[in-house]
Amino acid sequence: MVSFKDQCIMVTGSSRGIGAAIAQYLSTLGARVAITYSSSKDSAERVFQELEGSGHLLLQMNVTQSKSVKEAFDKFMNHFGSLSALVNNAGVTKDGLLLRMKDEDFHSVLATNLFGCFYCSREAAKYMIKERKGSIINISSVVAQIGNPGQANYVASKAGIEGLTRSMANELAGRNIRVNAVAPGFIQTDMTEKLNEKQVHAITDRVPLKKLGTPQDVAETVAFLLNAKYITGQVISVNGGLAFR
Amino acid sequence: MSIEEKVTSIIVDQLGVEKDKVKPEASFVDDLGADSMDVVELVMAFEDNFSVQIPDQEENNIRTVQDAIDFIKENQKA
Repeated sequence: MVSFKDQCIMVTGSSRGIGAAIAQYLSTLGARVAITYSSSKDSAERVFQELEGSGHLLLQMNVTQSKSVKEAFDKFMNHFGSLSALVNNAGVTKDGLLLRMKDEDFHSVLATNLFGCFYCSREAAKYMIKERKGSIINISSVVAQIGNPGQANYVASKAGIEGLTRSMANELAGRNIRVNAVAPGFIQTDMTEKLNEKQVHAITDRVPLKKLGTPQDVAETVAFLLNAKYITGQVISVNGGLAFR
Repeated sequence: MSIEEKVTSIIVDQLGVEKDKVKPEASFVDDLGADSMDVVELVMAFEDNFSVQIPDQEENNIRTVQDAIDFIKENQKA
């Protein structure tokens, strides 16, 4: 098993779900982790308490505001002194059919998912460039490839993240900074727990592996990419075979 | 250390060039082999080391070692 000892990693939006699983797993591999949250302080604190090892950091950060992002990275650097990797996981949904989608619903989802990814990556790159190494992982979604009715805003944001991933990978490769994305399919989280058995069945029926993924499946892929020294600019699907090409 | 010496040392560090190549009239791109990313890094290093803000439109005017020294002298906070 690869060790992440002495690596300092920020995982945005890690107060629950996939982000929490990524932070937790990286801590079990020896990493020092910064948990960030925007408003779910209690939940973030619980995740923080459950991290393995010591020296972790809990940060409030609103990824839609570049000033808040800058302040959080300043605190991160004061605490850890270096930044090994960034996992851009913070994301929201505000579903609605196109014809009924409000301006605000489109803006707010893009602001968190895509602009947030940009702000955090730009800030991280400043530090990583100086160190001539680093890794950025962006969390996309299977819907970036296949679309999803009722999620025009979310799908656009995730497709944007994949383009951003490739562009940043190109720009930063010369500085030994790798940028990749992970695109999960249907994963067991708070979101899917609200579904009834019939709805879950309708989903798993579409998945070749006939089951939902777990946050741990995503976390393990993130850990793999963080260490995959010759992989950059890629989007790795973690979706049970859904939408494979 | 004078501003000239500090600028030279930053350029030597960032671009990995010989000190005697860093003449006042030397262009970062044409003479010192910098690519666009190197120039951005240089500008950021100047900003950090001299507490100046180099606006985007100025960035394009800073092409040579002397341009950088002049800008820093004019804009450095006392």
